[in-house]
Amino acid sequence: MTVVFGIFLLTLLVITAVAVVRTRNLFVAVMLLGIFSLLIAANFLLLDAADVALTEAAVGAGISTVLFLGALALTSETEHAATPHRWLSLIVVVSATLVVLYATFDKPTFGDPEAPIQQHVAPWYLEKTPEYIDVPNVVTAVLASFRGYDTLGEVFVVFTAGIGVLFLFSAPHGHAARRRPGARDGSSIGLRDDLIPRVVGRLLVPFILLFGLYVQFHGDYGPGGGFQAGALVAAAFILYALVEGEDRTLQALPFNALLALMVSGALLYGLVGVASIFLGGNFLDYSVLSEDPVAGQHLGILLIEAGVGLTVTGVLLSIFHAFAARDRF
Amino acid sequence: MELLGLFHYWVFAVLLMIGFYAVVAKVNLVKKLIGLSLFQAAVFLLYITMGKVSGGTAPIFQAGMTDALFSNPLPQVLILTAIVVGISTTALGLGIVVRIKEEYGTIEEHEIQEIDRR
Repeated sequence: MTVVFGIFLLTLLVITAVAVVRTRNLFVAVMLLGIFSLLIAANFLLLDAADVALTEAAVGAGISTVLFLGALALTSETEHAATPHRWLSLIVVVSATLVVLYATFDKPTFGDPEAPIQQHVAPWYLEKTPEYIDVPNVVTAVLASFRGYDTLGEVFVVFTAGIGVLFLFSAPHGHAARRRPGARDGSSIGLRDDLIPRVVGRLLVPFILLFGLYVQFHGDYGPGGGFQAGALVAAAFILYALVEGEDRTLQALPFNALLALMVSGALLYGLVGVASIFLGGNFLDYSVLSEDPVAGQHLGILLIEAGVGLTVTGVLLSIFHAFAARDRF
Repeated sequence: MELLGLFHYWVFAVLLMIGFYAVVAKVNLVKKLIGLSLFQAAVFLLYITMGKVSGGTAPIFQAGMTDALFSNPLPQVLILTAIVVGISTTALGLGIVVRIKEEYGTIEEHEIQEIDRR
């Protein structure tokens, strides 16, 4: 039954992807991309990747759609030019597809427990997590502790991308960006006149925030963690901004606070690493943070997940506000 | 059943190349970024597919579960962070596209080249 459902979802995935590329209307393409994200999240769930599915649903279907729509509002909604070199591109792509398809025949069968990938370090992680880290969610254990160094790097990539967007938009407007006649001023942003979205939005925001906190702090025990929680909290604030207008959201969480969130999250993560050096361990070796090594691991994971959550929330919301503020001129 | 064992990989190959087609063939910069997102999602699917073990379950220990079979947690960790990094870099790309629109007044590649040539 699961197999049939999986094949159904994968087929839908391909159909959606073709539709995304074929349509000339970019608004439609972005909406279809959101559907594509939801479908692929469902697929991840079928493939036992609960954490990944949660992240993809929050980031891909929620935040990415909003950012693309923000960019469309600042550029144009239709791609008008015909595709040059269409046949050449098609020939290249089709032959590349055939090569990749040919390569798949060397892959181990789907779900094969004897595949090389299952023989390498994965069994070690599954076996040693209860002993060294003692958190039920192995994904969190690997992400935050065994491979904490990689995750630190990724948090800084997210941080750098946020800084990059803010830098790009700090430049003065170019000559082409004259104020459009229909441009909205601050007072009419949002759906304040529409009763149903407004009421539903208002009702949902606190529960999304609550769920975000649950995902943040329950990440050791179930699917979740800083990345997912950051995306969920950002999604809650973006929903509030869409319903009530951006100004009100900035009153609730000012822009400077967002910058502080971005910086403090990354700093908190780095400081945990430095603290573990001063306590006599290796960089990001949490065992020394407490008398009991396992309790130290728990404390370290809690702290760095909080750092990840703060940075991701700060970066995603600053990017959203950067796009939204550009819209007003 | 034997052939279906590779179905996930075929879908990966097709999705990858649909995204690639949008990147190389389309001249609209937003459409190129959408293609890049599809390409990226295909790679995510490949990783997660490889980590799946038949009859396995999500790698989360639960009380009363003895010798359960778990899927591979490692690809999940990689992809989980890659998704969030992916949206940040996409946002950076969109930021650049918006700035290009402000400077050139267009986001169609050949029109930009036309303006540059003048």
